[in-house]
Amino acid sequence: MLAASFTDFMQQVVSGLASGGVYALLALALVIIHRSTGVINFAQGEMATLSTYIAWALVAHHAWGYWPAFVATLAISFVGGVGIHRVVIRPVERGSVLRIVIVTIGLLVAINGFVVWQWSGEPQQLQSPFGTDVYNVGGVVVAAHDIGTIVVALGIVALLWGLFQFTKVGLALRAVAVNPEEARLVGVRVSWMLALGWGLAALLGAVAGMLTAPTVGLDPNMMAAVLIYAFASAILGGIDSPIGAVVGGLLIGVLLNMLSFLSQYDMFGWFTEELRLPMALLVILVVLLVRPQGIFGRPEVKRV
Amino acid sequence: MKTLLELDGVAARYGPVQALHDVSLVVREGEVVAVLGANGAGKTTTLRAISGTVSRSGAIELDGKQIRGGPEAAAKAGIAHVPEGRGTFVDLTVTENLKLGAYVRRDRSVKADIQRVAEYFPWMTERGGQRAGTLSGGEQQMLALGRALMSRPRLLLLDEPSLGLAPMIVREFFRIVRRLNEDEGLTVLVVEQDARVALNASERAYVLEVGRVALTGASAELRDDESVRRSYLGY
Repeated sequence: MLAASFTDFMQQVVSGLASGGVYALLALALVIIHRSTGVINFAQGEMATLSTYIAWALVAHHAWGYWPAFVATLAISFVGGVGIHRVVIRPVERGSVLRIVIVTIGLLVAINGFVVWQWSGEPQQLQSPFGTDVYNVGGVVVAAHDIGTIVVALGIVALLWGLFQFTKVGLALRAVAVNPEEARLVGVRVSWMLALGWGLAALLGAVAGMLTAPTVGLDPNMMAAVLIYAFASAILGGIDSPIGAVVGGLLIGVLLNMLSFLSQYDMFGWFTEELRLPMALLVILVVLLVRPQGIFGRPEVKRV
Repeated sequence: MKTLLELDGVAARYGPVQALHDVSLVVREGEVVAVLGANGAGKTTTLRAISGTVSRSGAIELDGKQIRGGPEAAAKAGIAHVPEGRGTFVDLTVTENLKLGAYVRRDRSVKADIQRVAEYFPWMTERGGQRAGTLSGGEQQMLALGRALMSRPRLLLLDEPSLGLAPMIVREFFRIVRRLNEDEGLTVLVVEQDARVALNASERAYVLEVGRVALTGASAELRDDESVRRSYLGY
């Protein structure tokens, strides 16, 4: 009985880490934009959905292999993210934060509408590149797609970390996040760095979307719930902390899967899958009340 | 000596507020020149006009070439601006701050230059991994100076380096500036509220009054002229 429940538990932890990897990617995208622009990009989920449709169209209509389509989608998304910043965000950047927020909400609606117009609202299938195999590891059943998701998510995170930590452009990106005025004085072209941030965020979203579609099915609202989980992840980890986004994502993934684990027991029968969204919102609320800076954030110090 | 920087009839404004009316000044190669004056006289704005962080009119020439565009262009042209109040990136390490100083450079000798800069500030070598925000005020000001040097500037702009620092640290700071000037021929334009310190460290000085040059002369003469000291410099 106890042994059985332990394997059930591990089962949920592993699949929670896989979905958590996706949340982490999207949360990281939110953090990158928040650090440099100071706003939450509400269109982040729809941007990811659009990217995923592009990948799907390449595979389904143009007979591309999954991985070539994956790489092409990353490139298209990156350029698209840069373009969105240059064309839509930059003109309102100097005003109040509220203006940018409204623009990102407008972007959300616009992209969603575009996707429905272009590809209809019909759910589509994007195959997992990792196949449908399952492995039995000591009683714990692990899907190949879950392992693949975790590996790809962590791989992308590691690449991005390397970019930020070891390259000149990464250093400039961080400098802009810390102090844009100062960055201009040393010669950094701040506006292009912000655009680059949007490009990277769009790229992260694309990966998240392409990893999500095989399990939940591709439809125009595929990323709506994922975006809420990503919010929860980013806020739990600290909205300005890249490492926090990753840890927060994995934690949220596992935490939400505990609902499925507990629902197997009569005593906790009322814990069901349907509580995933309310649970995520509860996490957001509790973190904001108890520790607004999140796990890895530093408390905000107002300079006088 | 050759003229490095020339301002002719420079005006600048923040929105509707005119901060500079008519400033003309000259900095020759290898000089240390001070800009003095009371609060609100336009000292900081003069530096900001040069580095392009405020909208300005009039002629500003570096080495005979008109400077246009924002601070990125000024940095590229060889102007290093150390702004008021410890211009460091607080979340980045000492070494990262220094590397950013060399951002506009395309050559590969950045590592060697970090060592060259560390000769002036030996503590930076052991503490390269420390976050700039955890340094003391004096150390942050030294780091801001070190970072400016990393760009191998033709002209260094210093804005109120003494602000909020203990007198001993201020003396140390200006000692290093003098050494850089003497050893490497670094040209410096320094804005200071503390006239005594600035006159001791400079060869010539300009005194600003409500956005105009009120007075100019050799630092030693201004320092020794009691009426100038009393009416303009307040000590």
